Amino acid sequence: MAFFPHLLLATLEGLVTSAVLALTALGLSLVFGVMRIVNVAHGEFFMLGAVLAWAITTAVSGHPALGFAAALVLSPLIVGAIAWVSERLVLRRVEYNPEATIVATIGLLYIIQQLALTFYGPEARPVAPPFNVRIQLPWFGYSGYKLSIIAASALLLLATWLVLTRTRIGLIMRATQYDRETAQAFGIPVGRVYGAVFALGAMLAAIAAVLIVPIQQAHYLMGLDPLLLSFIVVIIGGLGSLRGTVIAALLIGVSDGIISMFFSPTLAKIIATLVVAMVLVFRPQGLFGTATK
Amino acid sequence: MTGEGEAARVYALHVAVIALLVALNFVLPEYHHGVLARVLVLAVFAMGYNLLFGYVGLLSLGHAMFFAAGLYGAGLPLYHLGWGVVPAFAGGIGAGFVVALAVGLLALRTSGVAFMIVTMMFAQVFYLTTLYFGEWTRGDEGLVLQQQARRITLGSGTLDLTNPVTRYLTAVALFAAALFATLAIVRSRHGRVLVAIRENEERTRMLGYDTFANKLTAVVISGIICAAAGAAYALLFGYVGSTFASVQYSILPLLWVLLGGAATTLGPLIGTLFMYYVIDITSGFTSAYMLVVGAMLILLVLWFRKGILGTLRERWLGWLP
Repeated sequence: MAFFPHLLLATLEGLVTSAVLALTALGLSLVFGVMRIVNVAHGEFFMLGAVLAWAITTAVSGHPALGFAAALVLSPLIVGAIAWVSERLVLRRVEYNPEATIVATIGLLYIIQQLALTFYGPEARPVAPPFNVRIQLPWFGYSGYKLSIIAASALLLLATWLVLTRTRIGLIMRATQYDRETAQAFGIPVGRVYGAVFALGAMLAAIAAVLIVPIQQAHYLMGLDPLLLSFIVVIIGGLGSLRGTVIAALLIGVSDGIISMFFSPTLAKIIATLVVAMVLVFRPQGLFGTATK
Repeated sequence: MTGEGEAARVYALHVAVIALLVALNFVLPEYHHGVLARVLVLAVFAMGYNLLFGYVGLLSLGHAMFFAAGLYGAGLPLYHLGWGVVPAFAGGIGAGFVVALAVGLLALRTSGVAFMIVTMMFAQVFYLTTLYFGEWTRGDEGLVLQQQARRITLGSGTLDLTNPVTRYLTAVALFAAALFATLAIVRSRHGRVLVAIRENEERTRMLGYDTFANKLTAVVISGIICAAAGAAYALLFGYVGSTFASVQYSILPLLWVLLGGAATTLGPLIGTLFMYYVIDITSGFTSAYMLVVGAMLILLVLWFRKGILGTLRERWLGWLP
């Protein structure tokens, strides 16, 4: 293949990564923005979404699209419920103290990982894509399913943005984010908002995982990479900024795709992680964010 | 302030702990003898962590890189360049110093949550680097240091670090050195400034202390202690692998220190020992050790924030350092 088709392929792969990454990072960013806590177990909610998708698709017989549709609905709901319960049982009791929350979510990470290992096992298992269409480009054929991931992610991002900016629920969330105490004084049930936001963040990660699992197998250790990448995206994009998150996901996903195609993937990760650590050190508000109080 | 009698009591307690550890060398059965040697080295790692987390209040999620810097700083020259044990140990400490200084200079520009994430990212870069140079480090598979390389020739005699008794006593010596170093630091002026930074950094700065310089010193000393533990681990147990640089080894010292009691000199030993045996015993009937670690972290943070020694100190033994 010549250089240009190679680059196009790398860009397309990068866009698929970006699409999934944007959803996952948006979940992390929402939780950080509204609750001011860092959820280290976020990657495990992603993993749980993928593992549940495998379990649901194997339980449903018939056309793969049927099982996939069931997984796309049920898996995020189950993950959201688990997140909600852990928020109510653990995070609420440590009163969202930043350090205690990090330690508690690390504990959660280990528990979820171990349960997945015990009940799902150490194997990586594939999930059949809902449809197999190849779109023939002049130079190579490309999976139609992968393109549909990009579209689905764009729709979900748009929907989240509409909910946040145009609905009463979004208003309540933004009010809680802006000033927790004043929101409470105005009768907003802050505790319930926190529980819901934590569940919503986990659900976004789970949806991203269900979308990606037909091309990337489900495995109990798959949560670490999305966690680190989401951190990277959220930091570059500026914490709690939806637009920044999307732009940063595009930047990271596409450059990761291109660098991994032409250089070693490990080197790509080293460079990306180092660059982001430096951004955090020298420009803590992110590249697109503005300095906060 | 502590009086004369109290200082004597504190030193007597620490000397007694070391004496007990030396005495255990002669009575412990073989299996537990080996376990304790390993626990002592890991406890030194935890003590290095505790200096930063307990006394300065800086929660790092990247201390595996300091341990691994010592591990590789000692293991790589010994394996590839044929260095002796003593220069290799010095190499490990040197590597720890360089890494800690660089990370400290950069990461201390941030605070709070950003500090945790930055340290975690630097540690991840370190871990990936050990994988990337797999030609020399052999990545996860790791290097096994040969027995004949792990000997010190002293005049006519040789000190064989693979011998269980020598290994145990070397571990005790390292532990004693780290313990008294920690004790000296926390009782010094510098140590008191560190606690003041933990309690209220703004006010400490207003009183005229250079908080950045004090924190940087603490990061470097903490890094050196952890690197010493890593170098000793490589030399005593003869294995150098990337696993020790992974995020798991950044979280374990946090768990050990929280369990034993943050900001207590002996807490790290108690936490490490307790946790090692909890995992050892539970692994007898379940392989789900991560479940134990996770549940312990959550339970500690919910109901036992001060740890074992921290609680003892609060209730009965106010003089514990």
